Amino acid sequence: MEPILQVKDLNVSFRVRGGEVKAVRGVNFEVGKGETVAIVGESGSGKSVTAQTIMRLIPSPPSEIKKGEVIFQGQDLLKKTNKQMEAIRGKDIGMIFQDPMTSLNPTIKIGKQITEVLVKHQRMSFSEAKKQAIEMLKLVGIKNAEERFDQYPHEFSGGMRQRAMIAIALACKPTLLIADEPTTALDVTIQAQIMDVMKEMQQRLGTSIILITHDLGVVAGMCDRVIVMYAGEVVETGTKWEIFKNPQHPYTKGLLRSMPRLDQKKDEPLIPIIGTPPDLIKPPVGCPFCARCDEAMKICERIDPGATEFSDTHMARCWNLHPMAKEAQSS
Amino acid sequence: MLRYVASKFFYMLVSLFILISATFFLMKAIPGDPFMGEKKPSPEILARLMEQYDLDKPVFQQYTKYLGNIIQGDFGLSMKHQGQSVTDIIVDTFGPSLRLGLIAIVVSVIVGVLLGMLAALYHRKLIDNLAMIISVLGIAVPSFVLASMLQFVLAEKAGLFNVMGFDGPLDYVLPVMALSAQPIAFIARLTRSSMLEVLHSDYIKTAKAKGLNWFAIMFRHVIRNGILPVVTYVGPMTANIITGSVVIEQIFGIGGIGKQFVESITNRDYTVIMGITIFYGILLMLARFVTDIVYVFVDPRIKLSGGKEG
Repeated sequence: MEPILQVKDLNVSFRVRGGEVKAVRGVNFEVGKGETVAIVGESGSGKSVTAQTIMRLIPSPPSEIKKGEVIFQGQDLLKKTNKQMEAIRGKDIGMIFQDPMTSLNPTIKIGKQITEVLVKHQRMSFSEAKKQAIEMLKLVGIKNAEERFDQYPHEFSGGMRQRAMIAIALACKPTLLIADEPTTALDVTIQAQIMDVMKEMQQRLGTSIILITHDLGVVAGMCDRVIVMYAGEVVETGTKWEIFKNPQHPYTKGLLRSMPRLDQKKDEPLIPIIGTPPDLIKPPVGCPFCARCDEAMKICERIDPGATEFSDTHMARCWNLHPMAKEAQSS
Repeated sequence: MLRYVASKFFYMLVSLFILISATFFLMKAIPGDPFMGEKKPSPEILARLMEQYDLDKPVFQQYTKYLGNIIQGDFGLSMKHQGQSVTDIIVDTFGPSLRLGLIAIVVSVIVGVLLGMLAALYHRKLIDNLAMIISVLGIAVPSFVLASMLQFVLAEKAGLFNVMGFDGPLDYVLPVMALSAQPIAFIARLTRSSMLEVLHSDYIKTAKAKGLNWFAIMFRHVIRNGILPVVTYVGPMTANIITGSVVIEQIFGIGGIGKQFVESITNRDYTVIMGITIFYGILLMLARFVTDIVYVFVDPRIKLSGGKEG
């Protein structure tokens, strides 16, 4: 599959008092055409920073892109000027944010907020843009789109606002949609509806999606491939089935184990991953997960594990996967 | 909306009635009368004057009669300025005050908003610090102190302006500066904090993600939302500036309504005191009322509702 986005050895840091937070450390991944890729991991693992770096949306300072490339349709986005990025944002890459309650401007009509993108990127007149915007509202499942066009965000419910956000992000039929925890702020039934809307729109427009989420249920329902991030690194990637059926990294296993199950007894406690992620001002030299890992060995503290590949798509970074790990443990 | 206007209007009448009554009795409680002075009239003439202005009647009777008169729109004659009606005095003296006030309001809003916006855009940089120092000074220094300082430095020492008087356009400069310093400071702070909030809000990130350029983001999304709180402040400020020029007019010798008001109190010119008080009262209430109405048009989230329906 031809990748439309390649992130290569991306390193992003934040300058703070007392040092430099190395939020993203050497991240590599690809997104193919029409593919849905999930980035999962706990808060502070660098998922959102990665996504916003692709869009070049994080303010600098305090952030700093240390090295790496973001190749989108053959061009490195990190080398673009701000003016060139403005032409790409909203047109070729759309983005949806976590909180639909605050992501729309409260004093501008919903319709105007959609036409704004169309007028900017498609050079449409307002009346053309209006027609198109109403069409988009209908596509994302908003009833009475003509009336809704002239309403303000406070007249919309949370789920409807997120639909409107999707309409904005997809108005120009972008090649890539980045959804940064699009369902985290919504309740479960609305979550399912929003995911359905995204899936349907993807089929219609052939958009690739990067879905950032904590919710493994959402991943299972929607994604082709999964990238597991921890402490600014990719610790495991694979297709959805490889990750769910055959997780290799102890962190991925821990994440899957911590999910509540339907067949769970009522008083059975959930299984957490004990501990907290490392301080990224001074990231550990070895495996970042080793302080919380049950299977940690001596080497884990000292040397960062390399990638072990299980298939063309499945990779994990853990010393236990090394061919000599068995011997090391038994000796 | 109509319901809101009606109920607001009713409450305005009630407050006006309370204002009139309180002022009337307080005023009567001050010892002395309009005819005291260096040349005291003879007892016979004084008695005639008292009778002419009903001042010989019991206070409550005067009060009911006064109420009856103002309902018919008759604010009476000045007791000090022979033959001039209170309405004439207000009309004559309000002109300069209104001109001064309006200029001060326009200056306050423009300078205050600009200063606040600059401070927000250059957050924690030199411009921000300067703007905030200016605004702390503006809030802390009372207008009459500032007025005297301006007179001393710019008029007396530098000779750029007249110390007093109100004839040419240049004579507006110092009073306007003195009057608008405090509102400028307040508006600058208000604008700065609300702009900062808007600049860091999620919907600005959305606007960036749409690929809008800096100008579109600033003019369509940031500024409008950033100056919303200023709208709330402008109403009461308008009233404050126009009524607050009482001291400033006195300092700069401007023959405005504020100066007239102070004089009428020292003279116990009862009808003029009442007239100007009512006038100021109406002005204040109208200013707040207009603010409420304007807010509906600038902020779609606000809906006005009258009476018990919340």
